Amino acid sequence: MFKKTILSALFAVGLVGGAYAEEHVVKDFDFSFEGPFGTYDKPQLQRGLQVYTQVCSACHGLGLVAFRNLGDKGGPELEEEQVKAYANQFDLMDEESNRYLYDPEKDEFRTFVPSDKFPVNNTQGAPDLSLMAKARAGFHGPYGLGINQIVKGMGGAEYIASILTGYNGEEKEEVGSVLYENHAFPTAWIAMAPPLYDEAVEYIDGSDNDTESLAKDVSAFLMWAAEPKMTARKETGFLVFVFLVFLASLLYLTNKRLWAPHKRKD
Amino acid sequence: MSGIPHDKYEPKSPFAKWLHVRLPIVSLAYDTLMIPTPKNLNWWWIWGIVLAFALVLQIITGIILAMHYTPQVDLAFASVEHIMRNVNGGWALRYTHMNGASLFFIAVYIHIFRGLYYGSYKAPREITWIIGMLIYLAMMATGFLGYVLPWGQMSFWGATVITGLFGAIPYVGESIQTWLLGGPAVANATLNRFFSLHYLLPFIIVGLVAVHMWAFHTTGNNNPTGVEVRRTSKAEVEKDTLPFWPYFVIKDLFALVVVLAVFVAVIWTMPNYLGAPDNYILANPLVTPAEIVPEWYYLPFYAILRAFTADVAIVQFASFVTGGIVDAKFFGVIAMFGSIFVMALVPWLDTSRTRSGAYRPQFKIWFWLLALDFMVLMWAGARPAAPPYSMISLIGAGYWFAYFLVILPVLGLTEKAKTPPATIEEDFDAHYPPKSAE
Repeated sequence: MFKKTILSALFAVGLVGGAYAEEHVVKDFDFSFEGPFGTYDKPQLQRGLQVYTQVCSACHGLGLVAFRNLGDKGGPELEEEQVKAYANQFDLMDEESNRYLYDPEKDEFRTFVPSDKFPVNNTQGAPDLSLMAKARAGFHGPYGLGINQIVKGMGGAEYIASILTGYNGEEKEEVGSVLYENHAFPTAWIAMAPPLYDEAVEYIDGSDNDTESLAKDVSAFLMWAAEPKMTARKETGFLVFVFLVFLASLLYLTNKRLWAPHKRKD
Repeated sequence: MSGIPHDKYEPKSPFAKWLHVRLPIVSLAYDTLMIPTPKNLNWWWIWGIVLAFALVLQIITGIILAMHYTPQVDLAFASVEHIMRNVNGGWALRYTHMNGASLFFIAVYIHIFRGLYYGSYKAPREITWIIGMLIYLAMMATGFLGYVLPWGQMSFWGATVITGLFGAIPYVGESIQTWLLGGPAVANATLNRFFSLHYLLPFIIVGLVAVHMWAFHTTGNNNPTGVEVRRTSKAEVEKDTLPFWPYFVIKDLFALVVVLAVFVAVIWTMPNYLGAPDNYILANPLVTPAEIVPEWYYLPFYAILRAFTADVAIVQFASFVTGGIVDAKFFGVIAMFGSIFVMALVPWLDTSRTRSGAYRPQFKIWFWLLALDFMVLMWAGARPAAPPYSMISLIGAGYWFAYFLVILPVLGLTEKAKTPPATIEEDFDAHYPPKSAE
């Protein structure tokens, strides 16, 4: 009885669900880069790059990432020749995305080289994916307290993977455009058609290519694209932390000794 | 410099004597560093050092970031990403600067609440308190200006909302807003001037900090008992104090390094935890974010701003009395700035003759309620402006004003305080009893 009263009181002030009943469903996928010591899984990033190239890049750009970054330590770590070959493949003439670059020095059009950035792609009005994994938060709350983000992380990659696997097949037409039902999306109706299906991409390394695997791989790749220096950050961060703890211990002992005569402890 | 008697600097070498006659700079440094400091200071007194460190950290990282940043609307966002991706150690600089703002504000809030608890604002330290409030206001302005620079969605819309506050001022508001923005809306001119001012204000803070320190080096530090250092003779002073160097320098350094370890752990594990994900989206004047939420350190005052909606009785009353000049929006702005203004006036609002709250049993309850109120307001400020949060904000805002304008003045007259120790020495000896047999 008492418990019931408390519960209804909580409901009344909206603390229990109520106000946020329409919570979006972001699944807590496991990623190798989670936690204080997590790093990117190189083969997974390479697979994700393949998904991005064959599927996402049709509509989305990656305008802040340079091709050379694909060879960086801690990332997909492609060989130099692979990076060159990858950049060179963007050689289709495409006026809108400006995929041929004009080189004023040689007065000729050229294909992409590793120092160039990935093409931007505004053809479909789709958002650029360079920072997508940091620009969305999958996990919130509870009740605005920020505890879930501490426990599970910000959930940017989880958000992307949840969107990619969150379609339920329903669609509707609104003001001349088709919307697809997807409960990972804040409004539950998203303009992007389901981009992935089982075996949508045939992996070079023959890994699993069901929808969920594809979604996870490309989400991991986009996390790397958004935070390419993560490994360096965790390595340096940990070292600095250890150093500071050590320094703090020395200062603690110094302080104790210094004050001992005055605190009558020597 | 200090009003407390202590050893004076004696130049020894011929050069030191030569210099001392012309510019007593070594003497100034000596007096500052050797200031007699109450030996009973507890760990709440370490945040001043953290603040000084945070200021220097922000200035150094900021100057280097400015070497790579471009304050132009088409380039700003990409230049920040250039720092994150291509500049050597750029990610570390940027994450340190970004989270450094949070370190700065955590420290300043604890520092302010320490002052409120131990009555550090009371005579003769009113000037120290007022200067501190000015530093805090300058920090708020600097933090806001800096948040606009990455030119993300929250930068843009935050700038729009905050400058809109000035637009709420009757008659002249719109002109002021246009003047601040450098045009009718947030645009390139806004970004340019915000960058310029974001670079300028920290140096004004440095100046204010110098005056802040000058003031409390003149009065001497407050301490947990609120009892003044006995200062009729040097021998007496030495019973109550220890010199700042090395006793408090080492103690503060230890605390600083512990705080920094936590700070670094945040950058190491979750550097974006305290920021809004929306700020990784390029500013777009055509798309309003679902919710415009300021950085966490503004939230308590943002909650007060939003608390006074048109259906609140006092707002309707103010509107009626002023013939509609003070509307809900303007009332909210007045309440927000007023909430900081009443805090600045606390030296004259607190009527208690006992300085330290440690000896005021009733005060303690009200004080901790204020601290809780601050946290609740911070939480409510990030929630949607709808029931029940609007009501919670209103109650929180009401308590904030009641604490300063009603509770402190009345409590000082009605409360029967306990008797503090007669001297700092007595307090210190109570904690660390002298050995009976020597």
